[in-house]
Amino acid sequence: MFPDVARATVTVLERLGHRVDFPLQQTCCGQMHVNTGYQREALPLIRRYVDTFERHEVIVAPSGSCVGSIAHQHAMVARRHGDDQLARRAEAVARRTFELSQLLVDVLGVEDVGASYPHRVAYHPTCHSLRLLRVGDRPLRLLRRVSGIELVPLPDAEVCCGFGGTFALKNSEVSTAMLADKMRNVLATGAEVCTAGDSSCLMHIGGGLSRLRAGVRTVHLAEILASTADRPATTGSGR
Amino acid sequence: MSTFLGMPTAPRGVGHLRGSEPFPAAARRALGDAQLRRNLAKATSTIRAKRAAVVAELPDWEALRTAGEAIKTATMRDLGRYLVQLEVAVQDRGGNVHWARDANEANQIVTALTRAAGATEVVKVKSMATDEIGLNDALAAAGITAHETDLAELIVQLGHDRPSHILVPAIHRNRAEIRQIFLREMADADPGLTDDPAALAEAARRHLRGKFLTATVGISGANFAIAETGTLCVVESEGNGRMCLTLPQTLITVMGIEKVIPTWADLGVFLQLLPRSSTGERMNPYTSMWTGVTPGDGPQSFHLVLLDNGRTAALADPVGRSALHCIRCSACLNVCPVYERTGGHAYGSVYPGPIGAVLSPQLTGIEDNASLPYASSLCGACYDACPVKINIPALLVHLRARHVAEARQARLVPSAEAVTMAAASWVMADPRRYQAAQRAGRAGRLLGGGSAMISALPPPLAAWTRARDAPVPPRQTFRQWWRSAHRDPQ
Repeated sequence: MFPDVARATVTVLERLGHRVDFPLQQTCCGQMHVNTGYQREALPLIRRYVDTFERHEVIVAPSGSCVGSIAHQHAMVARRHGDDQLARRAEAVARRTFELSQLLVDVLGVEDVGASYPHRVAYHPTCHSLRLLRVGDRPLRLLRRVSGIELVPLPDAEVCCGFGGTFALKNSEVSTAMLADKMRNVLATGAEVCTAGDSSCLMHIGGGLSRLRAGVRTVHLAEILASTADRPATTGSGR
Repeated sequence: MSTFLGMPTAPRGVGHLRGSEPFPAAARRALGDAQLRRNLAKATSTIRAKRAAVVAELPDWEALRTAGEAIKTATMRDLGRYLVQLEVAVQDRGGNVHWARDANEANQIVTALTRAAGATEVVKVKSMATDEIGLNDALAAAGITAHETDLAELIVQLGHDRPSHILVPAIHRNRAEIRQIFLREMADADPGLTDDPAALAEAARRHLRGKFLTATVGISGANFAIAETGTLCVVESEGNGRMCLTLPQTLITVMGIEKVIPTWADLGVFLQLLPRSSTGERMNPYTSMWTGVTPGDGPQSFHLVLLDNGRTAALADPVGRSALHCIRCSACLNVCPVYERTGGHAYGSVYPGPIGAVLSPQLTGIEDNASLPYASSLCGACYDACPVKINIPALLVHLRARHVAEARQARLVPSAEAVTMAAASWVMADPRRYQAAQRAGRAGRLLGGGSAMISALPPPLAAWTRARDAPVPPRQTFRQWWRSAHRDPQ
C-alpha cells in the first residue's frame, strides 16, 4: 500500500553505504491475523517470514507495529500451535529484525543521515514503537539532525491515535473519537507535516486530516530521512 | 492452543458482569454525551498526573512491580493451598468461613447470615465483589435494605445508577449533578445545599452517621487476605469503611478467591503499589486490618465468604489467569484512551476498562462478553501502568484467539470475517498470489475518481470511510519498482 515508504528506506540505507536486498518471497508479517484472533491463519505467514529472512544478517522494516509483532508474537503463536522448532527459529530472526530508527541509531550508530527537509513537522510516537519496541527518542534524534526541519512538540503525543488495526472498523466510533483528539493536537502545533514510524497510524491520522481538508499532510519518518536538497521528498505519501 | 477445561463460569441472570448490548453500541451512546466526555477527561487526566508524580518518587518502582507480579504468579500456582490455610487461620481466631461456588450461593449465604442476625438494614463499605454478584438486589428481595457508605457508591445508589469506575464509581458525575441527586433522594438533606465539595461531603456525612450508629450488620469486601495469619485488609480513603468494619456486631466480608496473599511480608509490597497506582497518594488515609474476632472490641461475629463465580475457570487458562492478579487499583482505566472516551458503563460489567475487558469475559465465558476483548486499540498504556505488570494487550490478543477458536467450533458456517481472514492468509502465504492481489488492488484506484484519496469504500471497509478518507492504491507497487528501476529480477 505504501511503496514510497519502502523506497525511502532503501534510499536512506544505500546513501549510508549499505547493500539492501528485498527478498521477493516475503509477504506479510501476519500481525493483522494475530491481533484479530486468527492465529492459525497467521502461522503460514510466520513460517514464510522465518524461511525468507533466516539467512539475512540484519532485517529492517519501516514499521514499529510489524517489528513489534515479529518480536512479541511470532514465537508465541508458533509455540501455542506446538511448533517449538519454528518458535526458536522465529526468536533468532526476531533478534536481528529492527525498526528503522533502531537500526539507524543502535545498529549502525548514525543519527545524522544527511537529510534535508525544510518543513514544520510534528512527530507522533506510535504506540507499538513506543511501548512494544521502546524506541524512545531515537526517531526524534534522527529528525533533529535533518537540515532545515522545524520540529514542534505534539501535545499528548504518547496517546494512541485510535487506529488499532481492525479496532478502527469494529469500534470505528471510539476510534474516531480518539482520532479527533489526535487531530486537534496536531492542528494546534501549526505543523504542515505529521510524521511517525508506522504507515498504518499515518494512514489513520492522514485519512482524518484529509477528510476535514485540514491542510496538514502525513509523511513517514523514512521519507523525511530520505529527502535531500537535491532530491526533496515529493508531497508526501504521494503516488 | 490451550484446552478450555470447561470449569463453571459465573451464572447468567444474576449480578453485574454482563451488559445488555455489545460494547460498540453502548460506546456510541457514551461518545455522544458531551458532559460525560468532559467529566471523564478531567477526572482521568487529574488522576493520571497525580499517579505519575508519586510513582516517579520511588527509585525502586519497577522492582516493586516485579515483586508484586511474582507474588501473584506464585499464589495463583498454589491457590487452593493458600485458601485452605486462610480458612484454618480465620477459624482459629474465631471467624467463620463460607465457600461460595457462584453469585447465587454467595447471595444466599449473606442473606441467611443477615437474617440470622435479625437485621433488616445493613451498612456496606464499597465492595466490587458484592456488586459483581448483585448482592443488594438479593438482599432487597429478602426485605433487607443495604446502605452504601462509600461516598461515590452512595451517589451511585441514590442516583439509581451503575458504578462506572473501579475506584471512583461516580466518576461520570460532576458536583452539580451530585447536588441534584442529594436534594432529590436524601430525606435529611438541607434544601439550601450548594455544590461546594465540602458541603456535599458534609451532607453525606450527616446522612450516613445515623446508619452507622444503628446498623447491626456490616458487609465489606477485602483488598487482601493474608493466608498465614488469617488477617483481612481493607484500604480506603474516607473512614466510612472503618465505621462499617468496627461498629456493627456482625461483619460479613465477601472476597474473590484471588485476593489471598501468602504472607504478612507480601502485604508490604502491595501497600506500596496500590495507593500510588490508584489515588496517586503515597499512602491512603485508612487501612483497616482485622483477624477473626476480638472479644469486647469490634464485631463479635465475623464471616468470610470466599467467592469463586468464574475465577477457577479463569485460573484454568494458564495465559488468561494473570487477569486474576489484579489488585483493583484502576490505573489501567485512567490511562486508557478508550475508557477515557466511553466511560465504564459501555463495558456492561462492574469491572470496566482494560482489566474489565480481560477479566469479565473470563468470568462469564467469552461468548457472553464477546465484544470486550476487541474494545481496545492495543496501545499498551495499561500494561505500562499496571502495578503488577499484567500484560493486558497480550491477554486481549489471547482472548480474541480463544473467541475465534470457540466460535469456529460452535458454528457450522464460518463468519464472513473468518472467511476473509482465511482468504487473506491463503493469498499472503504465497508471494505470487500476493503480487497478483497487489496488482488487482490497483483497480481500487478507480474508487478515488482521479483524486489521491477515496472518500467512500464498500462494506466492511465503509466503517473506515465514515470518518476517514482512504489512500488510493499506488500506481506502481514496490515490487514493480524494485524489479524495473532497481536490480536483480530474481
